Amino acid sequence: MAGDGYLEWMRREGRIVIVGASLAGLRAAETLRKEGFTGSLTLIGDEPYEPYDRPPLSKQVLLGQTSADRTALPQRMEFDAHWRLGVAATGLDMANRRVRLADGDEVEYDRLLIATGVHARPWPHEAEADLDGVFVLRTRDDAAGLQRRLVGARRVLVIGAGFTGSEIASACRERGLPVTVVERAAAPLVGALGGVVGQAAAELQREHGVDLRCGLMVTGLEGDSAGRLRCAHLSDGTTVEADVAVVSLGATRNTAWLADSGLGAGPRGIACDAGCRAFDVRGIVTDDVFVAGDVARSPHALFGYQFLSLEHWGNAVAQAEIAAHNMISASSDRRPHLWVPAFWSSQFGVSIKSVGVPSLGEEILIAQGALAEHRFTGVYGYQGRVIAAVTFDQTKWLEFYQRQIETAAPFPPPFPTVDRRPEGLRPVPADFPDPSLPTHAPSVTLSGYSPTDRRITFTPVRA
Amino acid sequence: MTQATLLGQILDHANRADPYPLYAELRKTPVYREEDTNTYVVSNYWEIKGLLHDPRISSDARNLSPRAAGALPDQEEEESALPPTFLKLDPPEHDRLRRMTMRPFGPPETPRRVHNMRGELSKIVSDLIDDFGDREQIDLVDNFSYPFPVTVICRLLGIPREDEARFHTWADTIAASLDPDPSEDPTERRRIAQTARTDLGVYLAGLIDERRKAPGDDMLSALATEHGPDGQMSQMEVLSTAALLLIAGHETTVNLITNGMLTLLRNPDVLKRLRAEPQLAVPLVEELLRFEPPVQLLPQRTTLADIEVAGTTIPKGASLWLVLASGNRDPQRFLDPDRFDPDRKDNQHLGLGSGIHNCFGAPLARLEAQIALTELARRLDNPRLLEDPPPYRQNAVLRGPRHLNIAFDGCRP
Repeated sequence: MAGDGYLEWMRREGRIVIVGASLAGLRAAETLRKEGFTGSLTLIGDEPYEPYDRPPLSKQVLLGQTSADRTALPQRMEFDAHWRLGVAATGLDMANRRVRLADGDEVEYDRLLIATGVHARPWPHEAEADLDGVFVLRTRDDAAGLQRRLVGARRVLVIGAGFTGSEIASACRERGLPVTVVERAAAPLVGALGGVVGQAAAELQREHGVDLRCGLMVTGLEGDSAGRLRCAHLSDGTTVEADVAVVSLGATRNTAWLADSGLGAGPRGIACDAGCRAFDVRGIVTDDVFVAGDVARSPHALFGYQFLSLEHWGNAVAQAEIAAHNMISASSDRRPHLWVPAFWSSQFGVSIKSVGVPSLGEEILIAQGALAEHRFTGVYGYQGRVIAAVTFDQTKWLEFYQRQIETAAPFPPPFPTVDRRPEGLRPVPADFPDPSLPTHAPSVTLSGYSPTDRRITFTPVRA
Repeated sequence: MTQATLLGQILDHANRADPYPLYAELRKTPVYREEDTNTYVVSNYWEIKGLLHDPRISSDARNLSPRAAGALPDQEEEESALPPTFLKLDPPEHDRLRRMTMRPFGPPETPRRVHNMRGELSKIVSDLIDDFGDREQIDLVDNFSYPFPVTVICRLLGIPREDEARFHTWADTIAASLDPDPSEDPTERRRIAQTARTDLGVYLAGLIDERRKAPGDDMLSALATEHGPDGQMSQMEVLSTAALLLIAGHETTVNLITNGMLTLLRNPDVLKRLRAEPQLAVPLVEELLRFEPPVQLLPQRTTLADIEVAGTTIPKGASLWLVLASGNRDPQRFLDPDRFDPDRKDNQHLGLGSGIHNCFGAPLARLEAQIALTELARRLDNPRLLEDPPPYRQNAVLRGPRHLNIAFDGCRP
């Protein structure tokens, strides 16, 4: 198996298996074929559907503008592949290069791409989660079910005001439904964008008639005798009557099936190098297992080589393309995945976009526009450098700030800009929650970079 | 070639027919400075793209330093008593006025306005071509490219048909004043243009009053009566916006269509293809906007701070020219940039600008050009150029032929 000969053989008649038939899996498959891979290609997906697009699920689908079964991702090209849909991967045998499937079958590979993504974190109390009217929103089926139940709903309770929760609340308000949003932090979007922007998001929600309750938790969901959701109990002792509840508590990476595989996979994703090659548990990089999309966790040069996992649409596409290219390329032709994180959201009539990693920011400066107008550009600084930016309805400036991030430009930006308001002249603390405090479960946190200040802290769950 | 002459040559009418070699020369100095006027000229694609998204760049002439006089002859335009249009304003005023103008024009509030004009545009184009009669030679500018967009803007604004002729005359006069002819007496020209502007203003003011009382489905009614989240436009703002739509909306489209036909006649294989596959019009117009953009350069920008571009520091308050037409032919960005190739992939040209000031009327301009060129290609039998290059207008910014004399063997039905 001399290197070059093997690669040539691999490209010609090797077997490539992609686990995960969503955005990243599809784009990787297309890239493999486009770059000349002619061997056998198998795509495995646990859902019975061809790859579909998720962003519309919490927007157009809930609004009834399109139906969940019309969100199929456009294929950029025709390509030949074995599709194993509706069957989950349940295990990985790295030594023998086999993927085990839920139906007992096994699929052999020469190169494997894992793009299993994430699933919605379920409501922790199983009996309550099973109540009729309680939903999560991640899949096509989730969206279709929720959309049906919104017809004639009396009040919708959204648990968690991250991006998905806020988009759901927005869609419900647009449909004229009464909505209560319960968020444990002081404002919506705080985890992603910090408290300063969170306050603007909170105003936006309230102006659109959302009954927004922050700094609170839902302590229990209660059903009627027929098992239908009736109300929710909150940590301040109050009760919300609602017949639909959407649990939007973030996502968990789909790595459980890799538990005993020896791959460096855990609840935070699968660690991989910048070229998308997975690490095993010993910290050794594999050469035949690659990772892409939400489930991947890779070091990023722009952010101190921290291992980042990004639940971003654009990242899934870019990373899949790089992974696919690298899977069938000699080591000297491989490319790093150095995508600048970027995501967007659309809620309450506002287009929110961000680049960089806002949650690494210590301070924020409103460089253009005004928070109060819900039309602004916020720039995040970390150790005197620009590390991220977010825009509310000011997308067209974002490209400029992306270049500021890429060049590690000084923070605060020392120059005046158009639309710079007096209140934006000073940086203020970005007000992110302490990352060592868990939000959903007790955990052990490892912190500190150098051996002298490294410590392990146990943090119990907060009530 | 000294630096001072390069800009002078670009403005020199003698080079109007083919300024592209001068742009290639210009690109050798990514930030080119003209000493006398403190003007900085940027001509490479990526640098222009960056500056169009740079919040330190202002479109408001009030931010120019007194030293930056500008090398262009005074452009006057609608400088009368009207407030500056959003073209010459920065956010937040720019954003507010542009948003309010967008409401009746495009998405999200009015997503189908342009689309719904398709039938009407086709009709206007057909009628104009029918008017060629049995002539076998026309001036495309006077007989087609000019009357078409003016008629369109009349319909869009809601100018009554019986007033269209008067409106055309004012529009012609004002547009002509944007394109100074050195042989004419400037004082007399200014007086004529000023009179036309005043007459047009009085006319529009009267029309706006009527629309306030009895609004129609047109843009003028919407601008005059709509009360959105940004409030309502003042009378002066409606007037200045209407004047902007009129001028910017047709002076550019005339050149897009004329340049388009000129390019097609120079590339008969493409003309033949367009006749056979009308759907080619869409990528073809994009390529035209790259290859022969009607707005060659943006001369109205200035810097709010010292800015470093490609190793040169442009000082605060300098006059900044962004040569879009040069960026569109930058070999660092486009493969074989001097080739007209309607099949070009990834054609992210600068022909309509980029960033917050990107062309407001782009959807309409694109549709007008697509319909006009497809119909001309379909109906003219064996069209050919009688003069190449044709005579050009004086204007270096809004560049296009003054006449385009073409011959053909007849008009197909």
